[in-house]
Amino acid sequence: MTTQTTTSIIDRCQALYEDLEFTAARDWKDAKPGRKVIGYLPVYIPREIIHAAGMLPLGILGGGDQLEVIHGDAYYQSYICRIPRSTIELGVSGRLDFVDGMLFPSICDVIRNLSGMWKVMFPGVYSKYFDVPQTYEDEVGGTFYENELGELLHDLEELAGRKVGEDDLRRSIEAYNRNRQLVRQLYALRAQKPWQVPAAEAYLVIRAGLVLPVEEHSALVEQYLAAAEAESRPIRDNCRVIVTGMFCEQPPLNMIKSLELSGCYVVDDDLMLVTRWLIGDVPLDGDPLHNLSAAFLHHSECTAAKYEPNQEEKGQYLVRAVRSTGAEGVIFASPSFCDPALLDRPMLQNILKAAGIPYIAFKYAENSGQMQPIREQAGTFADSIKLWSAA
Amino acid sequence: MKTTTSPGNSSDVLKDASMLKQKEMMAKHYDRLTNAEANGDKVVSTFVPGNLNELIMCFDLVNNLPEVNAIQSGLRRKSGAYVMEAEKAGHSEDVCTYVKSDIGMMAKGNIGPNGSKLPDPDVLLLSYTGCFTFMKWFELLREQYKCETIFLQTPYMADGKITPNMIQYMVKQLKEDVIPKLERVSGVKFDIDRLREYLKKSAEAEDDLVYILQSAKNKPSPIDAYFGGIYYIGPIFGAFRGTDDAIEYYRFLREEVDQRIAAGLGPVTPDGPMDEEKYRLVVEGPPNYTNFRQFWKMFYEEGAVVVASSYTKVGGTYDFGFRHDPDRPLETLAEYCLGVYTNRSLPMRVEMLTNYVNEYEADGLLINSIKSCNSFSAGQLLIMREVEKRTGKPAAFVETDLVDPRYFSAANVKNRLESYFQMIEQKRGGVKKEAAA
Ligand code: SF4
Ligand code: SF4
Repeated sequence: MTTQTTTSIIDRCQALYEDLEFTAARDWKDAKPGRKVIGYLPVYIPREIIHAAGMLPLGILGGGDQLEVIHGDAYYQSYICRIPRSTIELGVSGRLDFVDGMLFPSICDVIRNLSGMWKVMFPGVYSKYFDVPQTYEDEVGGTFYENELGELLHDLEELAGRKVGEDDLRRSIEAYNRNRQLVRQLYALRAQKPWQVPAAEAYLVIRAGLVLPVEEHSALVEQYLAAAEAESRPIRDNCRVIVTGMFCEQPPLNMIKSLELSGCYVVDDDLMLVTRWLIGDVPLDGDPLHNLSAAFLHHSECTAAKYEPNQEEKGQYLVRAVRSTGAEGVIFASPSFCDPALLDRPMLQNILKAAGIPYIAFKYAENSGQMQPIREQAGTFADSIKLWSAA
Repeated sequence: MKTTTSPGNSSDVLKDASMLKQKEMMAKHYDRLTNAEANGDKVVSTFVPGNLNELIMCFDLVNNLPEVNAIQSGLRRKSGAYVMEAEKAGHSEDVCTYVKSDIGMMAKGNIGPNGSKLPDPDVLLLSYTGCFTFMKWFELLREQYKCETIFLQTPYMADGKITPNMIQYMVKQLKEDVIPKLERVSGVKFDIDRLREYLKKSAEAEDDLVYILQSAKNKPSPIDAYFGGIYYIGPIFGAFRGTDDAIEYYRFLREEVDQRIAAGLGPVTPDGPMDEEKYRLVVEGPPNYTNFRQFWKMFYEEGAVVVASSYTKVGGTYDFGFRHDPDRPLETLAEYCLGVYTNRSLPMRVEMLTNYVNEYEADGLLINSIKSCNSFSAGQLLIMREVEKRTGKPAAFVETDLVDPRYFSAANVKNRLESYFQMIEQKRGGVKKEAAA
């Protein structure tokens, strides 16, 4: 492996991030006849199944702050978040014309309804609402989910024109296990030495995984980890925060940078959860769909899009994350009009209050331009945390 | 979700037997609720879509519907203050105002429409059907009440069909989780024959409800299927499905509708019988409750009658033939939940509204888009365009909120409606010209 600097790696990731034509995915598709690309939206899709069918899973996260939304606004009222309108824009403007299928996970009613809009607007494209269980008993939610996975697999087999064997699935699970390990290593390194892994860099490295084939992305994360460890960067007098609420519509990159510039090291976040949704390795022995299902039920991340059956456990994941990363506070950054994030927020805040963890909250949109208010708020938060810890 | 029982005080003209019956039923129900503790009754809170009233009755539980309470608060003009109270306590201005009205009402003593305090629920039955907000709403209530919360997931009908996997999943949840927990909370053993009895009664009332809603195919329509429809769905969407009271109520109503059809009469409005029917509309979306009368008046003053609406299907869609089936008691509950309007995919909604415009010979589709409600609202602009395209009839869009008075701009709504009626006239003129040419 040639040694690369963080700068060269990040430059590549930045280019992928800015490319709203998805050239990398188009190139992948064109490289061999018969290749297919399946787009998916947040928050979680079992990418292993797409991969096993020989296809490229492509994460679609809206249009960011660079896409001019011309048509998308005509589809949504002012009080609906922005990601669906920029996603429609990507579709209507032909930027997704190479995508052979679209998956809309069960995250909220906006994306749920977008799945139906896609069917109406792009009738020639395979599109599916991907329902997941909100109950976690093996025989109940598990069986339902396994059948849903089976249905997805069946659809993709039809699209691919070939059967997908258990070994194909196992190989894919292995590839994603590896990828998740690396992503978690990256998160662990950042929690440990946040000055070595600036939040915007971590973001771009992870984000590249939504457009690159998983093997290529794993290699990239590995290279970045090595490069980030090797470089020595100045340590700032920043406080350590967890940022939460960003699991769907993306914050502008500038916002992530602003947080750090205003004195907050981001030691954990809920960005692009698909890259680490399943916690720990999915076993390779046994029925692959069953294993994916069991991992989903029993070893997966918590987020507002999920129902928490146990009141005692509600929000505790956040408290645990604060403890394990040594964070000193939590920033609730939620997209405007985001039901899951905003309905969950008061409950999480109560839990943090009870645990004595300071927090602040603000809203953003993927195209927010003005960072000054956020910078000021985060700066004041960082200062007050420092004051508390000094006291 | 939203449905109501008795929107506002009815004026003297509305003293049909069905009205009196409904009033009496509601009063009795709220008395039972507010006296629950004294009478040793246990209370379950649940939702209108996916309301398992027959099952709830099997456990002698009293059914409390926070959505209906929010509607009542809206009609009594209290919801505005409740919403603000919740926002003061940290709830976002961006989220559903039903939730905030409910939470604000709790903070202010939880006084029900009969002036007495509503009881704390003994159990929350989180029937997660057609709306994401439900899940968070009851997590919020659970945080407050610390009571048992039973979860039932209804998969989304994304591909326009109910699959065996969906039914099996729901039946399993009912058998293995919902029913045992209800037994435990209530101390009453589940008796499937009792459930069958209730389901049989449900189906009887549902037949009459469908007859009543479809009577709007007559010209003039004897009912208003949106503003009036909200009265009509009250008992069956609320705590009365499966009861003799509901059967009686719908029988009265059906007789009244028959009388109006025979006499060639239009709907009854709060200002008396409606004059000439000038426009026939299909309406998509919930109504506004804080200015319900004013909103309705903007229609009947212009001679506009709503002949079909999607809102009257949120607590169950019966007009395509579904009836609760006592022979398949658990499966039928699953199918009921799966079929509610907000659990139907967007293409299904487009088709349904298109068919309504055609079958009810409407002049077009009007969408009342609700700020609160992503479940209904996300995608409505596409629905509007599609229905317009498929029917060739003009469509229009107004924006209000359910129970937040800050989002009801009377002048705005009225303007839009007036131009919509003009558009319909123009379209008719065009059609007549074409026919003459
Ligand atoms: S940003 Fe929030 S409300 Fe919007 S689509 Fe994503 S999860 Fe849904
Ligand atoms: S979001 Fe819509 S469907 Fe859900 S509770 Fe609010 S008003 Fe009802």
